[in-house]
Amino acid sequence: MIMTNHSLKTFCISSLAAAVMAASSSALADYPERPITLIVPWAAGGGTDATARTIARALEEELGQNVNVVNRTGGSGVVGHTAMLNAAPDGYTLGLATVEVNTMHWQGLTDLTYEDFTPIAQINYDSPGIQVATDGEFESLDALMEAIRTEPKGSLTASGTGQGGIWHLAFTGFLMDQGIPADQVIWIPSEGSAPAMTELASGGIDIVSTSVPEARSMMDAGRVKSFAVMAAERLSAFPDIPTTNELVGSDYQVGAWRGIVGPKGMDPEVVATLESALEAAYQSDTYQDFMTQRGFGTEWRNAEEFGQMMEEMDGILGEIVEQVGLAN
Amino acid sequence: MNGVGLVLNFETILVILAASLFGIFVGAVPGLTATMAVALLVPLTFYMDTIPAIAAIVTTSAMAIFAGDIPGTYLNIPGTPASAAYVGESYALAKKGRAREALGINLVCSVFGGIFGTIILIVVAQSLAEVALKFSAFEYFWLAVLGLSCSIFISVGSRTKAFLSLLFGILLSTVGLDMMSGAPRFTFGVPDLMAGINFIPVMIGMFALNELMSYYGSKSEKKTISVVDKDSVFHNVPGHIKRYWRNMVRGSSIGTLIGALPGAGADIAAWISYGVGKGRSKDSAKYGTGNVEGIVDASSANNSGISGAWVPALVFGIPGDSITAIVIGVLYMKGMNPGPTIFMDGSGLIYALFIVFILANLMMLPIGYMAIRLSKLFILTPSRVLMPIILCFCIVGAFAINNSVVDIWLMLIVGLVAYLLAVNDFPMAPAILGLVLGSVVENNFMSAMLRTGGDLTSFFARPISAGLGVAVILLWCSPLLIKAYRYQKQKTERASL
Repeated sequence: MIMTNHSLKTFCISSLAAAVMAASSSALADYPERPITLIVPWAAGGGTDATARTIARALEEELGQNVNVVNRTGGSGVVGHTAMLNAAPDGYTLGLATVEVNTMHWQGLTDLTYEDFTPIAQINYDSPGIQVATDGEFESLDALMEAIRTEPKGSLTASGTGQGGIWHLAFTGFLMDQGIPADQVIWIPSEGSAPAMTELASGGIDIVSTSVPEARSMMDAGRVKSFAVMAAERLSAFPDIPTTNELVGSDYQVGAWRGIVGPKGMDPEVVATLESALEAAYQSDTYQDFMTQRGFGTEWRNAEEFGQMMEEMDGILGEIVEQVGLAN
Repeated sequence: MNGVGLVLNFETILVILAASLFGIFVGAVPGLTATMAVALLVPLTFYMDTIPAIAAIVTTSAMAIFAGDIPGTYLNIPGTPASAAYVGESYALAKKGRAREALGINLVCSVFGGIFGTIILIVVAQSLAEVALKFSAFEYFWLAVLGLSCSIFISVGSRTKAFLSLLFGILLSTVGLDMMSGAPRFTFGVPDLMAGINFIPVMIGMFALNELMSYYGSKSEKKTISVVDKDSVFHNVPGHIKRYWRNMVRGSSIGTLIGALPGAGADIAAWISYGVGKGRSKDSAKYGTGNVEGIVDASSANNSGISGAWVPALVFGIPGDSITAIVIGVLYMKGMNPGPTIFMDGSGLIYALFIVFILANLMMLPIGYMAIRLSKLFILTPSRVLMPIILCFCIVGAFAINNSVVDIWLMLIVGLVAYLLAVNDFPMAPAILGLVLGSVVENNFMSAMLRTGGDLTSFFARPISAGLGVAVILLWCSPLLIKAYRYQKQKTERASL
């Protein structure tokens, strides 16, 4: 196609005008009119990455726009979360925030807190399980708790994440809830759940506290068993594992959440659009099938409830960090 | 038989071909690495079926690990920490006009190692994984110490300088959030440094940037490596294999075994295999001067290590290295959950996976040969054109691994430091191993001490741990013992005269 000089000029001017109008008539009316970026603070190939890519695919169908996943790894999540809150609050850069938002600022690792974000929706929640080796000495949760109570301080060891990681805090919180001092069981820090699982199987440690799906392959292999899960109800993917409430009557629950957030100061109407699109994406077969198949917990909270949950969790985790002696 | 049908279809074969070319390209370009190649593939695998997705990753990683030796041979820039063990060896051969011969034997050893590892994976995966599960912090501590000691033991030139270089690497490994205390160390308030220093930008800086600077520093257009027409890829290979087949089998066994341990990968495997080879060789003095034997030891070990890493990944869902860590995510994604059941389910997926492994390794022969022929480009391209292009890829490669600008700075600073060290004859390779293994040594030591209440004898309390510990101590004492033996021998000779 050959344009004359004149028509080229009008074309340029009109498209420029269209662009200006689109920018000025606030993003509202036709949001979203270009692709959205979803920042993931963890590496490609991990559980958070897979969750993000699946919800992104479901969200694309709802919004009719591409949702591009970008991994901003490093700094134990600080780098990615910082990138989310530094983005323009126009709804075109979102992030998949993880529970570290509630823990790291208490340890003095970063200044960012949940208040720096606009909550949009919570899409996942994983409860910690209490796992032991199949050939170990404990037959039941009762026996394990009895040993923790009666044996001298530090005779039992547990692992599952690094120092101050969510499973460390969740497990210590559970001990505190049972009236046991935070330092009764020694926490052996590890780089994630997999090394902790090998230590458990090799007899190096006594207990592993991680989400139940992280222990699944070793449970299938018959090397590890899960005594209980700290959840309100049994997990649908693991119906044979009782809850701590059934066994010891504890309704203590602290776990790992994942949710979609934006930078602070987003337009409420954009948030509302995203919230309803995310709800549909959350309900979609794409997302639900993936989560069921991985054994990940599904839990939905809308923008308001998500914000409240983060606030509540922040207080609880702050208290545990203090008790563990990691507050800074 | 289902497995064959799953592999031998148009889509899978096409994926394997495309992944081969992609892997060879990424591996052969200085600055781009195998881990980066696999990470780039992950988003694509979302849109593929299970077997093509796995095939893409297997093929790419095997090709990239081999191809990383091409710039190593021609430019002294290794593609992975695993090839850093013998880069000096193949570069020395290239200077003698035997670059293609070095790469030819390397290619054949890589294929052999890869297939050897795969056969082990097929036949004894479950029992090997059982052995791997016996390794706890105590054993990993000794294994990492053994790897570090080998880097000194096999270094050419001053051992003191190699040791100092190693300490520099270990110092870099202490940067970041300390896993044990949860406290940040040497991060200077930069959030990007909290995860520690990634070895990829460091390796690019140490080898590639350092090489660039010494090129511009020397100001001469004279080439150290010239095209030799007589230099044939495969001509001398049968002779070398006949002579060094023991090294091939030994290297592949060491590689598979160490690769199968969740806490140790192809890099430690290559170093230990090279060290063992040097220790047992009749002419160990030739190691480091352009010796085919050393290349056989290490290059069969690193490729079998890649296959070995799949053992714990498939049997227990526990990654054996950084590549299988990504693979496990993809397996789950595709509903092929790792665990013992993966070997039992009737769908034939696991057999398809094995066939993919064999196919990818066999494919390496023709495609690797093509790449070796094409790599003449490294010599034919004038250095003043080649060097700036390499610099571009260095920057891209350093950035791409974490999408972080801090890593580019890191690469530049390390490159400058490495240049100063290299000018003063410090070897680079021990520093890379120090960075990779420093935290393994530290974390396993701390973890062992934490659970035994600081009891040092616990490192000798478990049988495997005690065995490894004794091996390390013997290695440390070996120079003294050899000296004492020679002294004694001279004395008796003199006495008998």
